[in-house]
Amino acid sequence: MTPFAYHLAQDVPSAVALARQPRTVRFLGGGTNLVDLMRETIEQPEVLVDVTGLSTDITATSDGGVRIGAAAKNSAVAADRHIRERFPMLALALLSGASGQIRNMATVGGNILQRTRCGYFYDRAARCNKRQPGAGCDAIDGLNRNHAVLGASPACVATHPSDMCVALAALDAIVHVQGPEAARTVALADLHRLPGERPDIEHVLGPDELIVAVEIPGLPFAAASTYRKVRDRSSYAFALVSVAAALDIEDGLVRDVRLALGGVAHKPWRAWKAEALLRGAPATQANFQAAAGAELADAIGLRDNGFKIELARRTIAAVLANLANQTGARA
Amino acid sequence: MKFLINDISYDLELDSRTSLLDLLRDQLSLYGSKKGCNQGACGACTVLVDGERINSCLALAVQYQGRAITTVEGLGTVGDLHPLQKAFVEHDGFQCGYCTPGQLCSAIGMMAEAERGMPSNVTADLRADRVILNHEELRERMSGNLCRCGAYNGIIDAIAGTYASQTAKETA
Repeated sequence: MTPFAYHLAQDVPSAVALARQPRTVRFLGGGTNLVDLMRETIEQPEVLVDVTGLSTDITATSDGGVRIGAAAKNSAVAADRHIRERFPMLALALLSGASGQIRNMATVGGNILQRTRCGYFYDRAARCNKRQPGAGCDAIDGLNRNHAVLGASPACVATHPSDMCVALAALDAIVHVQGPEAARTVALADLHRLPGERPDIEHVLGPDELIVAVEIPGLPFAAASTYRKVRDRSSYAFALVSVAAALDIEDGLVRDVRLALGGVAHKPWRAWKAEALLRGAPATQANFQAAAGAELADAIGLRDNGFKIELARRTIAAVLANLANQTGARA
Repeated sequence: MKFLINDISYDLELDSRTSLLDLLRDQLSLYGSKKGCNQGACGACTVLVDGERINSCLALAVQYQGRAITTVEGLGTVGDLHPLQKAFVEHDGFQCGYCTPGQLCSAIGMMAEAERGMPSNVTADLRADRVILNHEELRERMSGNLCRCGAYNGIIDAIAGTYASQTAKETA
């Protein structure tokens, strides 16, 4: 590990001020991804600004939503009464991620900015455009069973590993960011980038911009939402495919829907196409399948991961059917 | 830097790169916590911080100054084992013993989480206030601790037995 200077930030302004210097700076949350990357010398910050002392508050907002301090631990968010009742897909996504120990360490801000687990990104002997722009990609013709089928580029086929972000993307979460000059908000669904020609640029935040909170707007029908994660073992594994979904049905028609996918792309994948097809349509299995098919229409399989395309289609349709049955049972 | 480990205070000069696990093992000769994978995958390094379980291998020690850290050495002594340690012996909750300190700390943190009503990924009713720690719940909640000997059945029995007698005492 490369030596670094450590600073414990006392408040947001001082954290942002500490990040503004010519040296390489990283904000430090629980360290569950960053420390690992530093040990492998993939990340070599000269300065760490510890932001775990900043807001961990989880507060209900007046519109029925919730605001979560960026330093809140993953376990605390999953356990929060308000989130379990109003946004179960978020609690489930968090609880399906990592292990009990890691959830106790990992922060919300760090979860959002965690980096891909592509094996070639971690292997300094391999070519990786994300680690070293222009070097090439060994994943495209390599072991790519866990890699992206949507939105990938000839430069990078890595996936974003977060479960939490899939639920946040589905829930229209807003990320509150503090920069040296001003504060701003970014929709979670717009925060991460697709790889294009610059897979090393993973999000739209500047190096001295700090995530201070995540806000989820009120969404009454999310009280029956869910998160389904398909993986190689039933616990403590990254998603092959995951689906976050909420469905609002009235008189047999889809009044509204939220749908996002994990494990399939360089960013949490909001299923805009499927949602547009479903709104106003009869809530039938055939329509769920058609919407899933449309969302995956542009998917491209690599040597090992083509199965994800059909797996994603089936998981979307199954999750929507389950939600429709629950809604029907309650009505 | 000042640390509080197993109720003992330490004042140490430390490189900021030192992990909590390396602090325990290399500086303080507390060899109970193990360095299995050193990347948070195996759980053999699990310790308790203010009663919460974490992977000490992924923790920079500098972030844990002044917190109450408990390792397996702080749970019980050879002559006075923690009830969970006794249960591991009774139920054959280990063979080689390498993962055991992490399993013990993890299980103690996990039982406290359940007491607080923390749900898991297999909890049927996310809104329930009370958690029923059946075997499916225990396996899910302990999935961050690997045992290469495969002593899982004994581990689960030991934890289930300890939790049952602990909660029976509380309700008595």
